[in-house]
Formats: sequence, C-alpha cells, structure tokens
Amino acid sequence: MCGIVGLLIKNEMLRPQIGKMMLPMLIGMTERGPDSAGLAIFGSAAQENERKISLYTFDPEFLWKKLSDDFLDHLGSDVHLRQVANHAVMTTNLGVDLVTIWLKEHYPSVHILSIGQLMEVYKDVGTPAQVAQRYGFEGMSGSHLIAHTRMATESAVTPEGAHPFTAGEDWGLVHNGSFSNPNSIRRMLAHKGIKCVTENDTEAACRFLEWRMREGDDLETALHAGFEELDGFFTLLMGTKDQLALVRDPFACKPAVVAEHDDYVAIASEYRSLAHLPDVKNANIYEPKPEELYIWKV
Amino acid sequence: MESLDLEKMSVREINQYLHKTLPGNDVTELEIVNPTGEHNIAVGMDTECTIDVRGHAGYYLGGMNKKANITVHGNVGTGVAENMMSGSVHVKGFASASAGATGHGGTLVIDGDTGLRCGISMKGIDIVVGGSIGNFSGFMAQAGRMVICGDAGEGLGDSLYEAVIYVKGAIKSLGADAQLEEMTDADYEAIQGLLDFAGFDHNPKDFKRVASAKQLYNWNADANQEY
Repeated sequence: MCGIVGLLIKNEMLRPQIGKMMLPMLIGMTERGPDSAGLAIFGSAAQENERKISLYTFDPEFLWKKLSDDFLDHLGSDVHLRQVANHAVMTTNLGVDLVTIWLKEHYPSVHILSIGQLMEVYKDVGTPAQVAQRYGFEGMSGSHLIAHTRMATESAVTPEGAHPFTAGEDWGLVHNGSFSNPNSIRRMLAHKGIKCVTENDTEAACRFLEWRMREGDDLETALHAGFEELDGFFTLLMGTKDQLALVRDPFACKPAVVAEHDDYVAIASEYRSLAHLPDVKNANIYEPKPEELYIWKV
Repeated sequence: MESLDLEKMSVREINQYLHKTLPGNDVTELEIVNPTGEHNIAVGMDTECTIDVRGHAGYYLGGMNKKANITVHGNVGTGVAENMMSGSVHVKGFASASAGATGHGGTLVIDGDTGLRCGISMKGIDIVVGGSIGNFSGFMAQAGRMVICGDAGEGLGDSLYEAVIYVKGAIKSLGADAQLEEMTDADYEAIQGLLDFAGFDHNPKDFKRVASAKQLYNWNADANQEY
C-alpha cells in the first residue's frame, strides 16, 4: 500500500501554516502506511552560496556539537547545525562533494538524507503521528512539501527505507506502488557512477529520474524515459524547488486525488486525507488520469 | 428522516445500526452526514430504505447492496456498489476505479466521470454513466448493460461475454473480441429506460452498441495466442 501526500500553498499568508495543514493529511494516510513516514519540505532558502544538508543518525546519543567542532578543525569553516531529534540540518558554504566525502570518512554513521538550497527531509520508522511528533512537522513553514506513509513490501522497515527519496539537489520523490526491475536500474546507474545507498526500489527510480534530468531532460522527458525503463506500478509525487509534479502508471493501479483551491493545491492517495482541509468544499476535486503529467508551480 | 453523523459515530457503528437496528423499525429514509471519504459506508444493505450520503465517500460505498436505494451527494472512491445484488446507488459526483465491479443486479448511476475498469466482470448490474469512463471498462463483463453518455477509454469491453455496452461519445479503442454492432429497437428501448431511470436527457439514437464477437468463447488452437 503506502500513502502519499502533497501540499503547495498558493496564498503566501498560509505558508507558515503548511505543517499544520499537512498534519491531518498525513495522519489520514496511517491505514495505508503505518510503519514509517517522512516528508520533504521546501522552506526557507539558504544563501546563494550555501547548501542545506539533511542528516540522520541511528545513535540517539550522537554528539552533533562534536561534529561541528571537528568540521571547523578539519575544514576550517564554520558550519551551522540545527538538530531535531536524531536528524540535523547542516548549512554550509563549502562544496557538497567535499562535505559528503568528509562525512563519509569521519562520521560514517551519519546518513545524508537530502541536499538543497530549500529542501529539508525528515523520515523515520513509526506511525505517521509518531514521526510527525518526533520531528515537529506541525510547526513547519514553507511553500510546498511532499510526504509519505509507508507500508513496506519491497525492502526492510528502516529509516533509510522510508520515503521521500532524494537525489542531486532540491529534488525529492514519494512513491505508492512497487517497481519490479530495481536491480537492473541500479546496475545501469552503477555503470554511470551513480550509487544507490539502499535496497529500495523507489531509490533506484528516484536516482534514474534525477540522472535523466542532469543529462538535460526536462521532467516530462525524464518521466517518459521512466515509462520505458521502470517496470511496475506507481503513483509518483515529486518536489523540486519551485514545483510539485504527479504522474500515475498507465493502468492507474495506485490511487490519487487532487484538490485545487484558490489558496492551495493538495494531493493525497485518498479523499479522506483532503476532507479536513480548510474550505475544501470549494476546491476543484479530481482524479489525475493515467500517464498524464500534472505540474503545479509555486 | 433519521440522520447518522460520521463525526459522531464510526463506520462500523453506522453499519451495525443499518444491519441490526434498522430492520423491523419504521425508518425508511436516512441520511449519513460528514462521510469525509470514509470507506465501506452502507455496505451489505439488506433492508428497503433510501439513504442520502451528504458529501464525498471513500471505497466500496454501497458494496453488496440489496434492496436499499442510496444517493451520494458527492464523489466516491474505488469500488462503489461492487457486487451489488439489487436496489440502486446514485453518485452525483464522480466515481473512482472499478465502479460496479462484479455487480449482479440493481442499477448504478454516476452523474460524472468514472475511473478505470468500470463494470469489470459485471454479472447483471445496469450501469449508467453521465460522463466519460476510464480505460479497460467492462472487462470480462458477463451480463447486464452499461450506458455511457460521454467517451470511453482504451480497451473497452475486452473479453466481453453477454453484457452489452452503449456509448454516445468517442471510443478510444475496443478491447479484444469487442465489436460494434447494429442497433435494434430493443436497444433503443433499453437505453431510453436506463436514461429515464438515471434522469439523463439524451437521444438513444446517438448511442453505439458494443458487444462480444464471441470469438473467445471457444479455444482456437490455430490462433497462436495472437488476439
């Protein structure tokens, strides 16, 4: 199963409330995905020369202060770390490749969840309500987000196996469904120097699409390449720094409902997650058609 | 009119009321308010009554219905009136996938569009759709009639048995063994009766008939699996 949720706020006055508006949507998808949850939120932007790196560690006693001290010692640069439970968002003006290599060498237990100027990712095992509580989803502010509730079918229930998955910068994806050829996708990507860090099928798809776009495809062309290469069932909801995009497989095996309102665009696997949005009775509610790409700009 | 509020009662409590308390008491008209997309509302109805659902409902609304006449003043999710035996379900908005799947009898009316696989494996139900229907509708439909006032998607009526499909708009493609056939007076009469029941105003003369070519009824060893 799995549940997907997306919210894009058109009315700027409501952006500080995006987390509050999203929370009942996420909790509404608990039956579809009770084992893990996560979200990618596009909030306050880092400086032009900075990047935000979302980090995760299994160790609840992890000393983030030591990491930032070592960072300064080794790399000669101040780093800003904002800790939320066992996640932290690092803001740095050093190159992301350098930071990634440094982290891998000195802090191999720290996992990188996302990199971007706007995007932050929080994901973990637990019910959607527990995960939301742990990372303070309700208080989050931003222009748009994608979120997911997971019922694992394809790989282990671990924080890394939770969605969203990310690749490159400011690009994240949540998936309801399953792909049957992630191994061949992973092998194909490995030849191009792209490494998957989990056994998860969605990660392979995420890295495939990001690779296509890095090679020059726009999102639509990349997704058409995806229709050719990715074998399986999917409703995919994607977030970039200025848009949300949704696509369903040709058989529309997995559900999706959209509510377009003057103030927001909300997407969920089922209407019950949209039912409590403000003034939803005046929204245009529809089901996205199979194989059609829907894009909403911030 | 008896009013049941899904913000005050669970779906299970409402269905238990409909199954256990309703039979034998004098209530014949009910409404269910605040459905908020919940699943399984008013499934397995076995008592004559009318039920108005005021809002959007989730999956399997009115599934296995027998005897009740249910109207949804909103949209419904997957599998509305699935396996309905008799009675009726009328959706004023749109319906998601597999509307009326495996229905044995009764009438399902959808004012708006439906998703994919509408009427899949229907076994005697009548389905009237005011809008358009998605791909692979009427797959393996065995008996009953489907009237589509809008357009039909890909693979309409694939592997049809004895069910008949009438389409007013465009058909994107017919499924294996489905074919267009001549309309007869009996067809016009059937369409008019179903349109009248649904309250839709169309001319039966504008509809096309899709039925089985019956080439798949018997195994053809020479077909070489090329259908």
